[in-house]
Amino acid sequence: MRQARGNLLSPATRWLLLLGYLGYTLLPIVWLCLSTIQTQASLLTLPVRLVPAEVTLHNYVDIFTPAAFGEASGQATFVLALRNSLVVSVGTTAVAMLLGTLAAYAFARCNIPRQRTLLLIVLGSQLLPAVSLVIPLFRMLRSAGLLDTLLALILAYSTFSLPCVVWIMTGYFQSVPRELEEAARMDGASRFGAFLHVALPLAAPGLAATAIFTLLNAWDEFFFALIFTSTYASKTVPVALAEFIGRHSVHWGMLVTGGFIASLPPLLLSLVFYRYVVAGLSAGGLKE
Amino acid sequence: MPRPTCGARGGELSERALGIVLLAPMVLVLLLVIAYPLADSLWLSLHRVNLAHPEQGQPFVGLGNYLHAFRQPAFWASLSRTLYFTLLSVALEVALGLLFAVLLNERFRGNLGARLALIFPWALLTVSNGVLWAWILNPTYGVANALLMRLGVLQAPKAWLSDTFWTMHVVILADVWKMVPTMTLLLLAGLQPIAPELYEAAAVDGATRWQKFSRITLPLLRPVILVAVVLQSMGAFRVFDIIYVLTGNGGPADSTKVLAFYAYDQAFQYLFFGYGAAVSWLITACMLLLIVIYMHWLRAGER
Repeated sequence: MRQARGNLLSPATRWLLLLGYLGYTLLPIVWLCLSTIQTQASLLTLPVRLVPAEVTLHNYVDIFTPAAFGEASGQATFVLALRNSLVVSVGTTAVAMLLGTLAAYAFARCNIPRQRTLLLIVLGSQLLPAVSLVIPLFRMLRSAGLLDTLLALILAYSTFSLPCVVWIMTGYFQSVPRELEEAARMDGASRFGAFLHVALPLAAPGLAATAIFTLLNAWDEFFFALIFTSTYASKTVPVALAEFIGRHSVHWGMLVTGGFIASLPPLLLSLVFYRYVVAGLSAGGLKE
Repeated sequence: MPRPTCGARGGELSERALGIVLLAPMVLVLLLVIAYPLADSLWLSLHRVNLAHPEQGQPFVGLGNYLHAFRQPAFWASLSRTLYFTLLSVALEVALGLLFAVLLNERFRGNLGARLALIFPWALLTVSNGVLWAWILNPTYGVANALLMRLGVLQAPKAWLSDTFWTMHVVILADVWKMVPTMTLLLLAGLQPIAPELYEAAAVDGATRWQKFSRITLPLLRPVILVAVVLQSMGAFRVFDIIYVLTGNGGPADSTKVLAFYAYDQAFQYLFFGYGAAVSWLITACMLLLIVIYMHWLRAGER
């Protein structure tokens, strides 16, 4: 029989390893999911049951009501946190994509003096630990009166999203042949028109991958949000969850349900756009 | 809006001008959110700044904050915890990632579906991952204790997150679980270009599967492994989120207080902004040192 690609594993080893792999990746998630569809009483039944005795979707309703997860000015904190997370992630992605794409195009096409050095500085900034930025940013935001606002988070998230977009998109634009734009300009397109109508559409897969990647990173961010937010005017979902653990370490039903719901958007987005996520991961590789 | 240039090709100068116009917004934002804060952080690290006592002023102390860190046993303890966390978690990630990447590089039915499973740990929020493991490891109601007792490994339930030895290790477990997919994808990308002919030739020469792995796969994958190790180490060295969620304060008894947590405590619990800034520069210095060591290692391997 012809040797297949790789073929480093005997069939028995392969199946055993596959079983271990699927158990590793899926079982904890299955357990999380199973825990969300039980009542608090059934979660706290001893001995621990591997299969829930009864199934309920109550947690999914309760978490959106003011009392269960906590409330701020009469509204359910989970809803407020979801809204904040959405605004911050979309805002961060919009800013980073707009400014980052323009800059990446300049790096790939225009003869920027010392462009290699500049690009390396932008990338090098990602080596900084978040804590070295968070201390001066806190001082800056405080004196600007921006603490506890969504704008503060969008600004802070630019520190990682903008360099990431610049780095990935520069690579994409470099892979789009220059000749296509030159041809468009022969046909009378303006310099900017060639960028808008030729280079940008050709880099569309890269744009999509980068946007999804940026969105997921902003949605997941915890450290800046922990320090720059203090009320539900700006607390995001990760902060709300972490706070909930501290306050009600026994209310596991709400906690696992909140954790699961918060992860649904990134889970669904990454499953649908698996290819883009993988492209973003291998091109960027910067994710913390 | 950049001005369109006349003619089929813009002259050298206008092309450069366009570049500067396109670059300017990004540069301005990064100057505001990275460059200025870094300069301020450097200034802070050279001054005694205590937000709790503004009346004490902000006296210049030279390298005093840095020297103070070197005299603190707590600083050295955090550094060694950070190194322990980084080395152990990255080693585990490489081992598991390599195993899974080799598996996913094989041809079998359902391979694409199997790859999708990587998404689940990867896309779960970091904080949700903390919640998940806190629940699994709950001493009374957690499934970990229930399973281990049913299997006879444990006689009595263990309070994983109240034990100075186990807390660090379950934090590593939770972090590794989420990071292995990243490692797997990086290594898989390195495995895919290896030509099947190499394995075929080895098979003709009678090589065993293990020989094919150790003589072909591993040497060819070495550069990719190193890059992945560098990337993952950078992340692990800065770890904070998962520790905050699982322990709340880097406890018990500071047993999970890594460097990032130490700097966070100094700045935001005790409000020693100057000292916190100095510690954060020391973290950056440690990371650069780590990169230099890796680079040296990479070059030594090429010789």
